[in-house]
Formats: sequence, structure tokens, C-alpha cells
Amino acid sequence: MAEENNRLVTCCPQDVLKKVCPDAKVEGMDADGNMVTGAAAETVWLVPCDEIESISQVLKEKAGMDFLRDLMGTDEGEGRTGVYYFMERTSDGVNIILKAVAQEWMPSVTAVWQAALLKEREVYDFFGLKFLNHPDMRRLFLREDWHGWPLRKDYIPDERDDAPGNEKNTDVTVCFRKKPNGDVEAEHNVLFEDGDFVVNIGPQHPSTHGVLRMRTAIEGETVKKVDPILGYIHRGIEKLSEKRDYRQALAMTDRLDYLSAHHNRHALCLCVEKAAGIEVPERAQCIRTMMDELQRINSHLLFYSCLAMDMGALTPFFYGFREREMILEILEETTGGRLIQNYYKYGGVQADIQPDFLEKVRAFTKRMRDVIKDYDNILTKNVIAQNRLMSVGFLSKEDAISIGTTGGTGRATGWANDVRKRHPYAWYDRVDFKEVVYSHGDSFDRYKVRMDEILVSCDILDQLADMMPEGAFCAKTPAIIKLPAGVYTAAVEASRGEFGVCIVSDGGKSPVRIHFRSTGLPLVQAMDTVCRGGKIADLVAIGGTLDFVIPDIDR
Amino acid sequence: MDWMTDYYSVAPLLSKVHETLRTAMGEKATLALEGVALVIGLILVYAVLAIVLIYMERRVCAAFQCRIGPNRVGGKGGLLQVPADVVKILTKEIIRLNRADHLLYELAPFFVIAGSFISFACLPWHKGAPLLDYEVGIMLVLAASGLGVLGILMAGWSSNSKYAVIGAMRSGAMMISYELSMGIVVIAVVALSGTMSISGIVESQEHLWNLFRGHILTVIAFFIYLISGNAEANRGPFDLAEAEQELTAGYHTEYSGMHFGFFYLAEYLNLFITAGISTTLFLGGWMPLHIPGLESLNMVLDAIPGVIWFVGKTFAVVFLLMWIRWSFPRLRIDQVQTLEWKYLMPLSLVLMMATVVCKVYGWVF
Amino acid sequence: MNGSLKKYIRRYLRGTKSLFTGMRTSMDVMLQKDVTEEYPENRHTTLKVPQRHRARLQMMTDDEGRLKCIACGLCQTACPNGTINIESEWMVTEDGKKKRRLLAYHYDLGSCIFCGLCVDICPHGAIAFNNHFENAVFNREHLKLRLDLPDKEVWAENGIRISNGEES
Repeated sequence: MAEENNRLVTCCPQDVLKKVCPDAKVEGMDADGNMVTGAAAETVWLVPCDEIESISQVLKEKAGMDFLRDLMGTDEGEGRTGVYYFMERTSDGVNIILKAVAQEWMPSVTAVWQAALLKEREVYDFFGLKFLNHPDMRRLFLREDWHGWPLRKDYIPDERDDAPGNEKNTDVTVCFRKKPNGDVEAEHNVLFEDGDFVVNIGPQHPSTHGVLRMRTAIEGETVKKVDPILGYIHRGIEKLSEKRDYRQALAMTDRLDYLSAHHNRHALCLCVEKAAGIEVPERAQCIRTMMDELQRINSHLLFYSCLAMDMGALTPFFYGFREREMILEILEETTGGRLIQNYYKYGGVQADIQPDFLEKVRAFTKRMRDVIKDYDNILTKNVIAQNRLMSVGFLSKEDAISIGTTGGTGRATGWANDVRKRHPYAWYDRVDFKEVVYSHGDSFDRYKVRMDEILVSCDILDQLADMMPEGAFCAKTPAIIKLPAGVYTAAVEASRGEFGVCIVSDGGKSPVRIHFRSTGLPLVQAMDTVCRGGKIADLVAIGGTLDFVIPDIDR
Repeated sequence: MDWMTDYYSVAPLLSKVHETLRTAMGEKATLALEGVALVIGLILVYAVLAIVLIYMERRVCAAFQCRIGPNRVGGKGGLLQVPADVVKILTKEIIRLNRADHLLYELAPFFVIAGSFISFACLPWHKGAPLLDYEVGIMLVLAASGLGVLGILMAGWSSNSKYAVIGAMRSGAMMISYELSMGIVVIAVVALSGTMSISGIVESQEHLWNLFRGHILTVIAFFIYLISGNAEANRGPFDLAEAEQELTAGYHTEYSGMHFGFFYLAEYLNLFITAGISTTLFLGGWMPLHIPGLESLNMVLDAIPGVIWFVGKTFAVVFLLMWIRWSFPRLRIDQVQTLEWKYLMPLSLVLMMATVVCKVYGWVF
Repeated sequence: MNGSLKKYIRRYLRGTKSLFTGMRTSMDVMLQKDVTEEYPENRHTTLKVPQRHRARLQMMTDDEGRLKCIACGLCQTACPNGTINIESEWMVTEDGKKKRRLLAYHYDLGSCIFCGLCVDICPHGAIAFNNHFENAVFNREHLKLRLDLPDKEVWAENGIRISNGEES
């Protein structure tokens, strides 16, 4: 068994892919075998769409690609839709990207990775590509009665969608299966039985942390099933970005996960800088790393506050906000924004840090280390809070990887998934910090991961404050940024998981397709797995510990 | 010593008023007039107290949360904030729900308020001024608080709302459980005092408050009473019936205007009643603090009127309850039951028996 | 049995202790200073808006009070959502050069996302964000501003108080 595992760790996924699918070829290669894509572009393996499920299965079993980082759809013209599969091996962080193009039907990979469940629905929702054997082929973000497929290039808004009436949610969903003779038949899956006591938690509800709606079937106080309904604040940032140049696309990233504004922006900056070959000055790198960590503490403090609030403890709520205010002041003085910061730009940062920035950061970390004792005394050690969180809402490591719940939620299950460690960026390889990993996977571990990360971030900040180099804070960049053709990706560790960016470029000044890996989508998907069998009060507490932010799900 | 307390006793004054009225109007009319005057007075005190309590809650809560609290309406301290809220709530429309059970829906707030009103009338405000004073007065208080549960269940069931029905069920399950340990603790105190009449219980604490009479036993009993009283009043950390993070507003989700106002009023008065009854049972009601052996100090303390003692002690307990509320997270429904049946119930049973044994052998002070 | 009873009592005591710890902490914090401030009373006292705060676009003037803007229109193209609209015309200067002249600088505060791309791209530093964050109005139309007018007129035109410390 140990030998088997060793083999898994070392084998190259490309070899496995070539073995299982000899037809697989690299996208973007011209007839002579030369790459026409940019130097930094990712290698994308084109595979026949009919074989995608079996290939995925083999890659997962033989090459250990157990984590589906993301799944993205693109419009390939002539009604065809391309689907990109970004896979990773959690043991050593080896990646492979597959792509399949289909006209109407694509086999689903939900049987291989649970993460595909919502992400394939997203592709269906935006591109109209239907997935075979997907157990729940509904739209994800748009209304069930929406007309057309908005992310297709030839989409024309339907005037019937201008003034929608009341939305009626179906209790029965459809699953398409291919019969041996090639016909596709629709099978019906029941979401909620007639006798189910279905309670709407959201979209206007105090503890869904935004306009999320969960249709929840309950049996007395016990939760039987949670069906998240998304899209209430979907703004179509991906579509908007296709019509704008790269700088303008950057202006919208802060509005995804507003508690990871810096991280989101960092990811897009990294991606574009890599693709365009822009060198970022040392000082800017250091500033960015510090800002990222301040943002992380900011988000975790809000997490603490809101979790306390979700559990009915209103006083700790203000403790978290009190310290968060200090961060916001530090941020605002340098970046000019509190929530939407607009600070990073291609090649560096918008403006140099304020002269007293480092001093204030040091003062803040000192205060934070002091005051976290109060946090522990009033909540962490409290017997009520412990009973509410311990042994509640278990998520296994296997489920976490399969669903792709990165961030604190994943690390609470024992899955060391920190992008800062896995694929270091900015200055994370220069600082010494410990990745916080717990092993039970219950609500309390999810809570502890974040609380410990606050202290880890304080350590990182202190180290960086001493290391801050002199120099330019921004590199010179061309007036109009154009990326060479190809697919580019970048990922950062946002406050609540891995935030990824994928750009498909044709060499022009705006992206053909830009896709953000939502950190919250897998977390919302995990709600059903985690909450089943728990109480209603647990559902709220679990929602608090999973710590999702809706604008990042509804991009 | 006695002359001091007698000095403040309102009994002679009341009987004089009664005599005068009787000679002027006759027996029946006098009783009727007195009854009406009493009820009106009580309602006024009830309403004013609610306003004071709500204001206090906002202030205390703000202080715990490092906030300023109400600061706009009525000067710097926001004194008129709550009266303004009252006016607002009085003018709001009472919405008629579709497909609700209207009879129960309209009746429920009155049940809740009647329950708390009866208990309220039992409080011993001052020497010689018991409003409702039966031989088994403390039982009446326990029974009246049961009326509140009924109102909450009716409200939840009749609102035709899923949140409301869950909230009501939680409340029902919780309140019925906590009445047990509450009742048992009351029995311990009754055993200590030797009477079930509220004024009798107060009188029996003339030398020493019950809190100090039974060693550590009564101190624990006091806390048990506070916890179960808190649960009875549906206040944090036992506010799961209206847990806004889970059920938006629980059993009163669908209520508006003054119907909601009644629930709100009753919630705060129940807080006062819990504090008031625990003051009566453990802190001597209107009885001034008497420390055996320090007669001169006792004389000074006696100079403070009983009503001030009672209100002062009650508000101190109210503050303690608010402190608890603003410190702790909310329990889950099964944990609420676990706490009661596995922790509080056994403890209060042991306490009751120990107190009885102590009393029988004369080991109490 | 004995062990479980011991465990029961220990849990009892530990739980009670944690509750008292919590209450002590909340009391400690209660005795600390309040952290909230009364806005708008603190406008002239404790309220500090950092200089880099982006509240509203403003046109800059040179030493002689002339607008620095050369009506090149770069800001208009840089804006991600059409917030800026420039009206300009060609004119001939005294020394015979052809030059653009600004007629009107329309700025819709209602659709501005404060990304700062316009300020970044401006070659002459002719626009900048100021700190006047009190921009609430009752009518969306009032957010459509003419920035080339003097600041007071920009708002007075719409019947709004000027809130940067100059109000009556």
C-alpha cells in the first residue's frame, strides 16, 4: 500500500493521460509542433469530449489528481462549448489542465469529483451545455425561467427577462442519461418530497451572510436536506470583463469577495503580470504581502464577530469589529479605501505606503496578540460556545478535497491546502510561517484554524515589517496591456480559500474569457453535506464557520 | 427596630383611605373603585417599568459592547428614545394575515401579557402593600407564568408561518422543562421560610436574607432560580424561541404594531418579574439588609423605605441578568434540555433535600 | 460509575468556571472606553478622513486658477463604466496651434466605482479625488455633476448643501 502511494506521488499525470487517451494533444500547437501561445501560458490538453469522464476517473485513480481546482466553460463558436478542467494532486501540488469541446452534450465528472456538481451547473447556466449523468441539471445562478445563455458571445438579452414575475422553484430536477442506442432521455430526480417541511432560509435572513437562499427540509429541529439557491446578486463580472481592457477588469475584482479585496486583485495582477512578463519591484511585492495579511486578519476578525453573532452572542461581535477598525484605518490611510481598496495595479501598487504604516502595523499586531485573550475568554473557552461548535458539522478530508473546500474549512479537516505554501507567490517564500492545520473537521476546528491564522498573520506582518526594502513601488507598464494568446492562470490564498483567476486570451487587449475561481461556491455546496442531521441552530453556526461571502459566489 | 419599618408601612394609610371612601360611598362602590384604581395604577407602573427596562437594556448592552447607546432622541442620553418607540409602535398598523387562525392569533398577545401581569401583581413592593397576597401566593406566580407559554404556543401556531411554529415549539418545550427546576428551588425556599405566602416569605427574612441562611445551598439555589427564570423569560442565552439568527423573530415573526408591542412588553416585564421574585425569595423582598450583631447599622439601613430596597435589589438582579445575556452565546434546543434535565434538575433536587434536612435539624441561620 | 460521576462533576465545575470567566471578561471590557463615535457630531473633532480617500472626482487648477485639463479624453476612455463624458471643441491658439478646449466635464457620481483609473491615466494631473464623502442626495439626477464649474457651483446648481465644512 505504501508503495502504491509512493508511485502515486511521483508519477507524471501527463504520462498517465497519454496512456489512457493517445488522442490527447496540446492546445495551441501549430502544424509544425511549435507553440503559438505566450511563453507563460499553461499547457492545456485537448481530449475528446466523450472520454472525459473515463479519463478523469483514471487520472484521479492512477495519477492521484484528487482535487478539481476549477471547471470553466468557454464559448468556442458555432454553438460549441469548451470545458476546462483544472486538476491538482493534493499530495505534491502537481497540476494538469484538460479541455474538452462539445456541441450539446458533455459527460459529467460529478462521479469523480463532487466539486463538479455546482460548477457544471454554472457552465450549463451560462453556456447551455448539458451534462450527461449530472444528477441535478438546473440553472445555478439565473432563474429557472431565464431565456438564453448569457456568457455566449452571441447572446442577446431576451426582453421577457426584463421584468420577471415571481419565481417558482421546482421540487423535481432533471438528469440526462444516454441510452445505449445514443438517444438521451431525461430522468427526474426529486429534490423535496411533498411531505417535506421546507423552510426558506434566505434570501433575506440575518445569518446567511448575504443574499443566499437555502431551501431547507427539516424534520422537527433536524435538518434533512439543504438546497442552496444562488444568484441573487450575480453581477456578471466575468461577462463585463470581456468587454473591457485588462485595467478595467481589475477595477471589478475588489467587488467579488469584499473581505478578500486585496487577494482577489492580487490574483488577477499575478496572472496578467505573468502573462505579459511584467516584473514587479521588490518593495511592491513586500507591500502586497503585507496588505494581503492585513486583509486576512480583517476577514478573520469579521469571521469571529459574525460567528459569535450567529450563535447569539452579540457582545463578542463588537470586539472583533473594534480591532477590525484599526486595520481598516491602516488600510484606508495607504490605499484610500476601506472595503473596496483599489490598491494593487499591474506592476506594483497604486501608491507608496504611508511613512507611519509599518509603525502602525507593529502596534496593531501587538494589540491583537493582547486582545485575542479576551476573545478566547469570552467565546473560545466558553462552555456554551464549545458545545455549540465541538463535534458539530463534520466534514471529512475526502469530502473536503472532493468538494474542493479550500481555505480554513479544508485545513480544519487535515488537508494542508494553503496556496501560500503550495504555490508560493509574492514574498511568502521569504517569510517563515506555519500552516495551521487541524484534523477533526468539525465546526470548532474550523473556528480554531481562523483564530490561529490571525496570530500567524501577525507573525508574518512583523517579519515583513522588518524586511521592507526601499525602492520603487510600481514598475513601468505599457499604456495598453495585451496578453499573448493562450490560457493563463494564477491563484492566491484568499481569506476563505483558494482564489484563482483564469484568462483565455487571443492576443487582444481584452480577455476572451476571464474566470474567477470562487472560494465560496464549494463552501456553499458543502452546506448540504455538513448540515445533514444537524439542528437548525447548527445550520446557522456551520454557515458561520464555513465563512462564505456571497458576492464571491455570485460573481 | 420595628418602629422604623412600621414608620414606612403604607397599611395604615391605605386602611384610612378605605375607611373614608367606605363612609362616603358604601362598601361595594368602594371596593369597585379601589379595584379600578389599583388596576389602572398597576398598568401605569407596568408600562413605565417596561420603558425603564428597555432603556436600561439598551444602555447596558451598549456599555458591554463598547458603544455609546441611544444618544439622539431626548438629549444626550437618548432618554426619549423608548417613549418615541412606544408612540411609533402604537401608530403602526396591525396587519391581518391571510390564512392565519385569527381568533388565536389575536388572542395570543393578551395571554402572554395577562400571564406576566398576574405575576407582576404578586410582587411585594413594600411592607403592608401586597396587591395579590394569598396563602399559596408563590404557587400563583408559578401558575401564571404558565399562561405565557400558552400564549406563545398560540401565537406560533396561529401565525401560519414556519419560523413561528418552530419558535413556539422550542419555547414550549423549554419553558415547561425549566418550570420544574424553578418549582423545586421554590420548594426549598418555602421549606426554609415555612410559608408559601409571598408576604410571609418576606417577613421570614427579617433577621437574615434567605441567600445567607442556608450556607452555600441557597446561593446555588439563587443561581438556579436565575437561570430557570431567565429561560422562563425567554432571554439570552435561552432566547431560542425568537433566535433572530435562526428564526428571524421566532414566534412573533408575523406580529406587527401593538400586538408585537405586547410580546415585547411582556418580555421585559418577565425579566423584571424574574428578578423581583428572586429578590423576594432570596434577597428579602422589600426587607432591608439586616446583619445580626450590627444593630446600629441595621437601624440606618432600616431608614431606607422598603420600596426602594425592593426596586433597588430587583434592578441589581436585572443588571445581573442583562450581564449574563450580553456575555453568552445562545444554547441549542437539545443543549437547553440537557442543561435542565442532566444538570439543573438533579442539582436542584439535591439542593431541596439538603435544605429540608438542614431546616429540620436546625442547621440554618 | 465512580469515574463517570467524577467526570460529570468535573464537567459541571469546568463549565461553570468558563461562564464566570466569560462574565468577568465582558465586565472588564465594559469598563474600557467606548470605541464608537457620534457622527455627524464628530465632523470637526475626531472624524479624520485620510487624504487618499476617494470620495468624489474634482478638477485641479494651476496657480493662476485655470483648469489643468486639456480635454484629451483619456479619462473618458479609461473609465470602465462611462462615468465621465467630456465635451470639447477644436480651437486655434494665438500662436496658430490647433488645440482642444474643454466645454464641459460631465461626471456621474452615481455610476462612479472610485477605481481611480481616470486619475492614473491623466497626463497632466488635471483630476483628482477629494475627501468630500457626504454625497447623499434624494434624486439620482443630482449626482450628475459638471466638474469644470467651481466646486460651490457644482453642488449649489443642484440645490445641495456643500458639506466640506463650508455649509451654513
